[in-house]
Amino acid sequence: MELTSPFTLEYAYKRSLGPVLSRFFTALRDGRLEGVRTATGRVLFPPLEYDPDTGEDVGEPVEVGPGGVVTAWTAAPPPGEAWVLVRLDGADTAMLHRFTGDPASLETGLRVTARLAEQRVGFITDIAGFEVEA
Amino acid sequence: MRPVYVAGFAELPHLLQDNLLDEPEMVQRVTAAALADAGLGRDDVGFTCSGSNDYVMGRPFSFATALDGLGAWPPIRESHVEMDGAWALYEAWVRLQHGDVDVALAYGFGKSSLGSVEAVRTLELDPYSLAPLGIGPLPLAALQARALLDAGLATEADFAAVVERSRRDGNRNHTAPMTEAMSAAHALTLPYISSPLRGHDGPVRTDGAAAIVLSTEPVGPRIAGISHCIDAHQPGFRDLTVSRSIATAAAAAGGTSGVDVVELHVEYSSQEGIVLRALGLDSSVSVSPSGGALVANTPMVAGLCRIGHAANAVRGGAKRALAHATSGPLLQHNLICILEPA
Repeated sequence: MELTSPFTLEYAYKRSLGPVLSRFFTALRDGRLEGVRTATGRVLFPPLEYDPDTGEDVGEPVEVGPGGVVTAWTAAPPPGEAWVLVRLDGADTAMLHRFTGDPASLETGLRVTARLAEQRVGFITDIAGFEVEA
Repeated sequence: MRPVYVAGFAELPHLLQDNLLDEPEMVQRVTAAALADAGLGRDDVGFTCSGSNDYVMGRPFSFATALDGLGAWPPIRESHVEMDGAWALYEAWVRLQHGDVDVALAYGFGKSSLGSVEAVRTLELDPYSLAPLGIGPLPLAALQARALLDAGLATEADFAAVVERSRRDGNRNHTAPMTEAMSAAHALTLPYISSPLRGHDGPVRTDGAAAIVLSTEPVGPRIAGISHCIDAHQPGFRDLTVSRSIATAAAAAGGTSGVDVVELHVEYSSQEGIVLRALGLDSSVSVSPSGGALVANTPMVAGLCRIGHAANAVRGGAKRALAHATSGPLLQHNLICILEPA
């Protein structure tokens, strides 16, 4: 005999986003991709509250993309998922996201562009994925 | 620093599915075995630290439940890290530096079979920009493997060679599960799961527990150096082909000169070369003679086992053995422990 019971694995609390990420997600909801500039002049995207190299606070927002270049990729055999690391134009770091174009076209160095979701709510999935730049 | 020695080590067999033992029973057996290996009793232990993960075990405060297996009465001095047991050992080592306690016990336990370790790993990612995407650990590792191929630092044949050697060595280690022998040539004919990685490039996930007894008496291999360092969490913020944190931790632990055996916490075959290069070593040293974490990957235990197997290597005649443990995505956080004869 097998006994089963429903169980939901979840955090039982909520956290506010804080000033840096709130700004990022608000801009994303409004259709803008905004990184942040560190004290050393690097542009982090997606933004972080601190410079990972120094621990210093980050500065002003910097608009990046929506185009960028694939720095690494992986694809499962069709119809599986494809993932890319993309360094957006104007950014010094890469973001991870889904690649929603034809996986056969994937190669490192490929020019891609962010495709925004039509209904945006201030979540990372407001970027629906990346596709080959026209 | 106060010298600290590995007095005893024990691990339960890493099973694909352990239907027999619950957490207290695993902890009872493995800590009793490690203390027996050290020739010490429960009452000799001045500090105890454990490593486990509630998400893996599927319930909150599972480490507190597991304490029943220790017989923690009368009350003991005890701590816990939500990390691999290697970091519990690090806390125990720090605690011994205080000078008022002479014996410490570190253990870790975990069961892959209770749920999906893959799903837990996804939830461990940055909750804002990574976890909601739902990428699993193998596609994530595949991005790192791709970066290695693109940089000309590795080939898919290199990944396959690690699999062949790990399975061969693991099948000689009675605590690792038996795996199908896999020649590198055959491995390369199998389909990608997420290119350029194939299914066997990832870990064999297991259930189990391990424990190490540390002592300030010179009764076993001496911890010549131990340190840990962490890189940025975001994969896109780092050069994925190198590990600055491993190199920094190894230097802080005294450097790798003279190391003849390494036990590496490599979860994907593609990562072994990164770890070795960061250590300034190559395959001329004995690499993970236990078969390593690729063939016996018990969550929160695999790193502690590397230290235990490195200690066993010193007991068996190695002059300077290095153990590596890792935590977080793509070798984000790394611990290096160097062991020498007492």
